[in-house]
Amino acid sequence: MSTKTNHFPWNHLIGFVLSIALTLLAVFVAFNTDFSKTVIVWVIGILAIFQALIQLFMFMHVTEGKEGMINVVNMVYSIFLALVIVFGSIWVLTSGHAAMH
Amino acid sequence: MTSHANNMPLEYKTQQSQMNILGFWVFLGAEIVLFSTLFASYFVLEHNTAGGPTGQDIFILKDVLIETFLLLTSSFTCGLAIHSMRSHHKTGLMVWTIVTLLLGAGFLYMEINEFIHYVHEGASIQTSGFTAAFFTLLGTHGAHVTFGIFWISLLLIQLARRGITEKTASKFFIASLYWHFLDVVWIFIFTFVYLKGMVM
Repeated sequence: MSTKTNHFPWNHLIGFVLSIALTLLAVFVAFNTDFSKTVIVWVIGILAIFQALIQLFMFMHVTEGKEGMINVVNMVYSIFLALVIVFGSIWVLTSGHAAMH
Repeated sequence: MTSHANNMPLEYKTQQSQMNILGFWVFLGAEIVLFSTLFASYFVLEHNTAGGPTGQDIFILKDVLIETFLLLTSSFTCGLAIHSMRSHHKTGLMVWTIVTLLLGAGFLYMEINEFIHYVHEGASIQTSGFTAAFFTLLGTHGAHVTFGIFWISLLLIQLARRGITEKTASKFFIASLYWHFLDVVWIFIFTFVYLKGMVM
């Protein structure tokens, strides 16, 4: 939070290395393991969420500033809406499609 | 947060800048919802290929990985730019921002080539529900990157003329939030469109 930021940007370097590692791990899990497809999608999905959190906290400093708490609540609410939209749409449209046959 | 105003980075110095940054976070919340509707359409339509190519037929892992690394690295250099800005290092801010934009341009170049390749393979936006949802989602992300490159280029001109002030610092910080956000969206595209599409 202080203006004394002349030190080496370790946070960013660690975040970057972790992002690359998580990306390569996701590729490895997707193409070089014998897990079932469902397990693969779950694992790479969780890796993606980790990577998004790294961006949010290590690069975007979501908790920073006077409104840090508001930012977090705003992000959590937006992610909640996103999940409702994505899973709700899949649920309604696939079950509706199935009901027509 | 009880920290004294003097301890805050330059971009938070004035009440107006703080409100601008807060407002931009609210905008990013709306962007999350925008992209979630495009993802939702994609997930519903991804198997409706109408006899056209599937994701497995056309996706090329190597190209997608190059795009991913370009964007991940640009997000990192964008972070370094803000780090320089907070150390009042104008040249550092400029150089890292230019590197960020070049990486972003490299990403766009790869993505446009990828789209041209898909159209040659017989997968244009009109081919099927799958390609329509795919190009809409990817195109919206690509349009955001394009917009970001123009926006940040203009900020660089302002920086060259005015230096790091309360106003330019707050503008650069907001642009950095935008850039990191585009990387977050790409992570989900990479995982749930490309990797999932190639595996399933």
